[in-house]
Amino acid sequence: MNKKTSGINYAKYGYLFSIPFVAAFLIFSLYPTIYTALLGFTDNQGLGNTSWHILDDPMGNFKAILSNASFKQSLRNTVVIWLMNFIPQITIALLLTAWFTSHTNEIKGKGFFKVVFYMPNIITAATVAILFNALFSYPVGPVNDLLVSWGLRDEAYNFLIFKDPSVLIVAFIQFWIWYGNTMIVLISGVLGISPDIYEAAEIDGANGIQTFFFITIPNLKTVLLYTLITSLVGGLNMFDIPKLFLNGGPDNATLTTSVFIYNQAFDGSYMYNRAAAASMIMFLIIAVCSALLFWLMRDKDEAALEKEKKLARKNGGSK
Amino acid sequence: MTVTNKSTGNKVFVGLQYTFCIFLAILSLLPFIIMIVNSTRSTWQIQQHAISLIPGTNLKQNFEVLTSKTFDPWRGFINSLIISVSSTVCTIYFSTMTAYALVAYDWKLRKPFFTFIMCVLMIPAQVTSIGFYQFMYKIGMTNNFLALILPAIASPTTVFFMRQYMIPSLPMEILQSARIDGASEFRIFNQIVLPMMKPAMATQAIFAFVASWNNLFLPMILLTRNELYTMPRMVSLLNGDIYKTEYGAVYLGLLLTVLPLLVVYFIFSRYIIAGVALGGVKG
Repeated sequence: MNKKTSGINYAKYGYLFSIPFVAAFLIFSLYPTIYTALLGFTDNQGLGNTSWHILDDPMGNFKAILSNASFKQSLRNTVVIWLMNFIPQITIALLLTAWFTSHTNEIKGKGFFKVVFYMPNIITAATVAILFNALFSYPVGPVNDLLVSWGLRDEAYNFLIFKDPSVLIVAFIQFWIWYGNTMIVLISGVLGISPDIYEAAEIDGANGIQTFFFITIPNLKTVLLYTLITSLVGGLNMFDIPKLFLNGGPDNATLTTSVFIYNQAFDGSYMYNRAAAASMIMFLIIAVCSALLFWLMRDKDEAALEKEKKLARKNGGSK
Repeated sequence: MTVTNKSTGNKVFVGLQYTFCIFLAILSLLPFIIMIVNSTRSTWQIQQHAISLIPGTNLKQNFEVLTSKTFDPWRGFINSLIISVSSTVCTIYFSTMTAYALVAYDWKLRKPFFTFIMCVLMIPAQVTSIGFYQFMYKIGMTNNFLALILPAIASPTTVFFMRQYMIPSLPMEILQSARIDGASEFRIFNQIVLPMMKPAMATQAIFAFVASWNNLFLPMILLTRNELYTMPRMVSLLNGDIYKTEYGAVYLGLLLTVLPLLVVYFIFSRYIIAGVALGGVKG
C-alpha cells in the first residue's frame, strides 16, 4: 500500500527494522536450542569439556533420563505441585472475580484489594522462597510461634523435614504468588464481556449465581484457557521456589524438573548431556502446550478471512 | 417478611465477602510485614517471639552482622541495576522497532514473521539453558553481564504487546507527511513513533524491569564470581550456614533485596495492575 502511494519501496525497511530482533533471536535463542538438542545425543560431561562425540546409541541419554527414578519423580512432583496450586488458585480467583464484578453488590476498596492481592507476584521469587523458609523455621519461627501461642499445637512442628508439609507449602507459595495475577486477568476478561448480555439476563430475571455460571463463565472461556496454559507452562518450569526453599528436599519431595535439570548440569555433577536430554523432553511438552496457546490466540476473524481468500483463489483456478 | 429475610441474608453474605477479602489481604501482606518488623529486631527477640508487630531497635546491628559476611547488598543492587536497566532499554527499544516493522510496512515475510513470534512466545529460557551455557562458556561470556543483557533484544512477548498497542494508535498519515518532508525512515521511527508509543513503552518497561530484576536461573548458571552476583543470586546466600542463627540479619537481607521492587510497586501499582489486566484480554 505504501509503496504504491509514494513510489519508493518501503518493504525493505520492514526487513531492516526486524534485523536486531532476528539476529538476537538466532544467536541467543535458536542456536542454544539446537545446541541443547545436539548435546542431548552426546557424551558431553565435565566442566570445560570441549571434545565430545555423538554417542554410539544416540538415544542413550534420553533412555537414561526416561528411566531415571529422580526424573520421573520430579516430573510427577511438578505436575502435582502445579495442580495443587492451580485448582485453589483458579477457584478463588473466579470467586473474587464474581464478587468484584457484581452489579448488585459493590465491594468497597476493590482497588486496594487488587493492589494487595497482586503484590506477591511482583516480589522476587528467590526472596519469597527464603522468606517462607524463615517463616516455617523450627523450633522458633513465626508460623510455629502463632501455632503455639494460639494453642493450636503444644509444641513447635518441624514442617520442613517432612515430605507432605513441604510439598503443601511449595504449592501454597505458588498459589500465593499467582492468585492475584489470575484474578486481575479474569476481571479484565469479565469487563470485556458486552454489558448488553448482562442487561438481558437481568431483564429475564436471572440471579447472581445463574448470571455467573450461564453468562460469565461461557464468555470467559478463552481467557480461562489462556490462564490455564500460561500457568501450565510456567508451572512446568517452576524453579526459583523449589530450588531455594528446600533445594528439592526433603528426600526429593519438592524436586521439580527444572531443579533436576539444574542439579544434573551445574550442581557438581556436570552431566550436561543428561541435562540436555531432560531439557529437550521438557521442551517437547512445553511446545505442545504453546501450540495449543497459539491455536487459541490466533486471530479468528483473520483466519476465517484467509480461508475464504484461499477458497476463492482455488475456485478461480479451477475455472 | 421475605424482603427483610433477604436483606439480612444479604448482609451476612456481604459480611462474609469482606471477611474473606480481608483474610486474603492479611495473608498477602503478613509475610512482608513480618519480614520488615523482624529486620529491626534482635536475634534474641525473634527467638522469644518470632512474630511481632512492634519494631525493634536493632536495625543497625542487623545491618552490621549482615554485611560483615559474604552478603553485599550494595554490590548486588548495583549489579542488578546495571543488568535490569540495560536489558529493559534493549527490550523496549528493539521490541518497539520490531513491532513497527510489523505494523508500518508491507513486506512479504511480515505474516510468517508474526506467526513465528507467536510460536516462540512461550519458550522459556530454562529449556535451552544447557546449550546457552555451553555456548557462552565457549566464547568466554560466562561471568559477563552482556550474556544477560543482549538476549533481551529479542523479546517476543513485548513485541506482541507493542504490536497490539500500535495497530490502532499509529496514524499512518503523520508518517506519510514526515516522509514528504524528507525525514528518513529511521528518523521517523526515533523522533515520531517512539514518542507516540510512550505510554505502552512505560508499562512494558516496568514488566521488563521487574522480570529482569527477579531473574534467578540465568544469573545462577552464568555468574560464578561473588562480586558479580545479582540480588536474587545474592539472596540465596542467606539460606546458607553462615547466617544460620542470625535471624534479624536474614530478614534484613531479604528486605533489602526487595526494597527497590516495593518502591516501584508503591509508585506504579495502578499502572502495573492495568498492565496485567491488558495481558488478559488479548485472547
